[in-house]
Amino acid sequence: MIAAGAYGPRPRKEDARLIRGLGTFVDDITRPGMLHGAILRSPLAHARIVSIDATAARAHPRVEAVITGQDLAERGLAWMPTLSADVQSVLATDKVRFQGQEVAFVVAQDRYAARDALELVVVEYEPLPPVIDARTALDSGAPVVRDDLTGKQDNRIFDWTAGDKGATDAVFSSADVVVGCDMVYPRSHPAPLETCGIVAETDPVSGKLTVWSTTQAPHAHRTLYAIVTGLAEHKIRVVSPDIGGGFGNKVPIYPGYLCAVVAAMITGRPVKWVEDRSENLMSTAFARDYHMHGEIAASADGKILAVRARVLADHGAFNATAQPSRFPAGFFHIFTGSYDLQAAFCEVTGVYTNKAPGGVAYSCSFRITEAVYLVERLVDVLARELGMDPADLRMRNLLRPEQFPYTCPTGWQYDSGDYPRALSLAMEIAGYDELRREQAQRRARGEYMGIGLSFFTEGVGAGPSGHMDILGLGMADGADLRIHPTGKAVLGISVQTQGQGHETTFAQIVAHELGLSPDDIEVVHGDTDRTPFGLGTYGSRSTPVSGAAAAVAARKVRERARIVAAAMLEVSADDLEWAEGKWRVRGDPEQARGIAEIAMAAHSSLELPAGVEGHLDASAVYNPPNLTFPFGAYICVTDVDSGTGEVRVRRFIAVDDCGVRINPMIVEGQLHRGLADGVGMALMQAIVFDEAGNCLGGSFMDYLLPTAVECPSFELGSTVTPSPHHPIGAKGVGESATVGSPAAVVNSVVDALAPLGVRHADMPLTPASVWRAIQGNPMRSDLTPS
Amino acid sequence: MRITVTVNGSEHHREVEPRLLLIHFLRDELRLTGSHWGCDTSNCGACVVWLDETPVKSCTVLAAMADGRQVVTVEGLARGGELDPVQRGFAQCHGLQCGFCTPGMMMTARWLLNRNPDPTPVEIREAISGQICRCTGYENIVRAVRWASEYEAQARSGGGLQGVLPNQHGDDDAEVIT
Repeated sequence: MIAAGAYGPRPRKEDARLIRGLGTFVDDITRPGMLHGAILRSPLAHARIVSIDATAARAHPRVEAVITGQDLAERGLAWMPTLSADVQSVLATDKVRFQGQEVAFVVAQDRYAARDALELVVVEYEPLPPVIDARTALDSGAPVVRDDLTGKQDNRIFDWTAGDKGATDAVFSSADVVVGCDMVYPRSHPAPLETCGIVAETDPVSGKLTVWSTTQAPHAHRTLYAIVTGLAEHKIRVVSPDIGGGFGNKVPIYPGYLCAVVAAMITGRPVKWVEDRSENLMSTAFARDYHMHGEIAASADGKILAVRARVLADHGAFNATAQPSRFPAGFFHIFTGSYDLQAAFCEVTGVYTNKAPGGVAYSCSFRITEAVYLVERLVDVLARELGMDPADLRMRNLLRPEQFPYTCPTGWQYDSGDYPRALSLAMEIAGYDELRREQAQRRARGEYMGIGLSFFTEGVGAGPSGHMDILGLGMADGADLRIHPTGKAVLGISVQTQGQGHETTFAQIVAHELGLSPDDIEVVHGDTDRTPFGLGTYGSRSTPVSGAAAAVAARKVRERARIVAAAMLEVSADDLEWAEGKWRVRGDPEQARGIAEIAMAAHSSLELPAGVEGHLDASAVYNPPNLTFPFGAYICVTDVDSGTGEVRVRRFIAVDDCGVRINPMIVEGQLHRGLADGVGMALMQAIVFDEAGNCLGGSFMDYLLPTAVECPSFELGSTVTPSPHHPIGAKGVGESATVGSPAAVVNSVVDALAPLGVRHADMPLTPASVWRAIQGNPMRSDLTPS
Repeated sequence: MRITVTVNGSEHHREVEPRLLLIHFLRDELRLTGSHWGCDTSNCGACVVWLDETPVKSCTVLAAMADGRQVVTVEGLARGGELDPVQRGFAQCHGLQCGFCTPGMMMTARWLLNRNPDPTPVEIREAISGQICRCTGYENIVRAVRWASEYEAQARSGGGLQGVLPNQHGDDDAEVIT
């Protein structure tokens, strides 16, 4: 059966150009007469702007324009809306609020001249005391970061709660055992290898604006450009060509994009702006920065009863988190995890600080990363308190298969799962009991070996438009499927690949539904003029939402084909059945027609029933009824050198269940990526600031990313529990491993150090941080020691 | 200043600023955009090309330093329309996702295989440890290089592939294809 062959591992269509060095990334694009932009940035975290003098820069022989905040203000563009209903400065007019903030935009004939001219712009600053440590942001007398907001007297952004406080407190007060832990999920940065950039061009005749930009959400960007600039939306085309990784970093619209657009309008010439690595790390969307206190209540025999959490969320200088608008803490309130609990309550306070904006930007499934880390650390702390094996404690409390669909205490309805099966498989692959025996032997020899587990449940595929929107835009996605007369097809989708392999996977989805070969289906994406509207690729939503739209469109094509096939075979459509990739007459399998033959007939003079239009094209918009809930069980084995504090990840076992796998090769590739994220975040990655607000993670020499040497060879396993509400039973997987793996690494390191009395240590577990924890003097690894 | 650089076998004469980086010379002057710029600090390796047969990070080499020398970029990996086994290995083993680090990774992989036709996974990891990939967790890059190694071993042993592999990159290949 052809259709059945369409799923499965399959080399990617994208690779043919990328392995030849013939991809088209934004910085590869050159337009006739193109100019180059560069941004002057604030050296200070908090300062009033006294004056900006661009005279010398404008006099530079190769400079075409210098744009300041004042120039933008005259066009009403000095501020722009964020994705969280705040505003963000495009070019600073009143004061700068973080180091690296955009102050002026220089446009020159080449990229070197643009950089030269930055040094000719003279800015006088009046330094102000900065707010750097979120824990002091709400102190009375703290400097007010956002005095641009009318009446704003403090740095509070929001207070938000989820769950039932009374019920939760009642369970806690009567529980046998209550343990808690303070933990920091430090600020990190997604750091895609390609930085952010844009080429903006206006057509002098039609006035149409075309931008080629690093965006994960081309349609949402087009709408935002229309709202911000006042241009008619049909006069804007956003093209997202090959994108060198996104991971959430390329969801927002950044000031540099708008500056390039304005510069293109002012100069009448195409303008390219591509940030450098320091700009990317210091000014574009960061991730995490959650200061959490969690508590867990249990019976003496290890039945987990409830969890509660207090969170201080550092959002930086502007509230620009890219997430569904009604959830100020994202989906953090799924922090009940994978366990059968009686009650849960969390309260989250968001604060402004003098740091770059962002927060939801790094494969975090809208803050589920933080939630999973919290609950999985708490479970380990509880296991230690109870003297139980952490695997036994988890197995005892995991949701059971018969409990699905399961509504958790904070209201999420998990669609499907078999959690014990996944954990059992992970333990089997790991050889868990043998590992524990080895650990005991090593401990007896004074060696520090750790075995860490984590179990996660994510909610991905945002989302139902009745509950979720971004700036009022519902989170449904469209698909257009055109079937050519010869049976070849073109699928237009609203989401955009940054390496996920949409051109391959989505062709497989359609091929599977229509009995075609994936080779005969071209997937068009990343161009708003050629694709239907949708909100883009982030939050693991491509397959859950857009993949569903593609399948639904293909099924519409199939139903149209049925009518045509009936006319071809001169039978009633009711007498046809879809089998082996063809419509065939029931009871007469020789009488069958495939989509290619039917497509030609649909374009021919074949007489069709009254009211049937001909052709087979179809489109669909998919508004998901619920999120999908992938899950997994991870086990990390580490060896820790107690003398140096160095951690070596010896093994990492990951069992993931993301429902039906369309292309398992691509799924596993995405899991490998997320597991490397887990190693990196747990051991290396943190964007750290000094007391003056200087970013100490502004280059790859300071912000350490894992290389091939730090990463182990990952051992994967899978179970398949289809989503009951998704058209093809798929769940989404792009962020699973990033969400689930950091807790396993930290749990492993803490487990290794248990004989030394270490109960918790904050990420990143650098040698210095581990060594300090061993000395009983853990340090705040997100801030430099004062 | 005037420089002459041979890139992928073709000689190019250009008047350049002394400060022009090799990566910008390749990308902006010669329009060879397969090599990517990623970090400024020689950490990421997206810009790796060969300078006289040795991988270098072209973001920290001046174009002037390449004057009179040979440069090979990803665009020079395939010869006569035939993909290099390393390129094939990356596609076969899903050794790339976004593709941004891929050209640099492949240039290092080709260099490694020329010197060590049968590298262990540990040796492969060491060879690419000066380069960053944000998509693959390196797992499938290691497999891709191993695939290319085994493919070339079969070709050498006369497994029906002899003659298919072109002698690609000068003298070094004599060690590989014997």
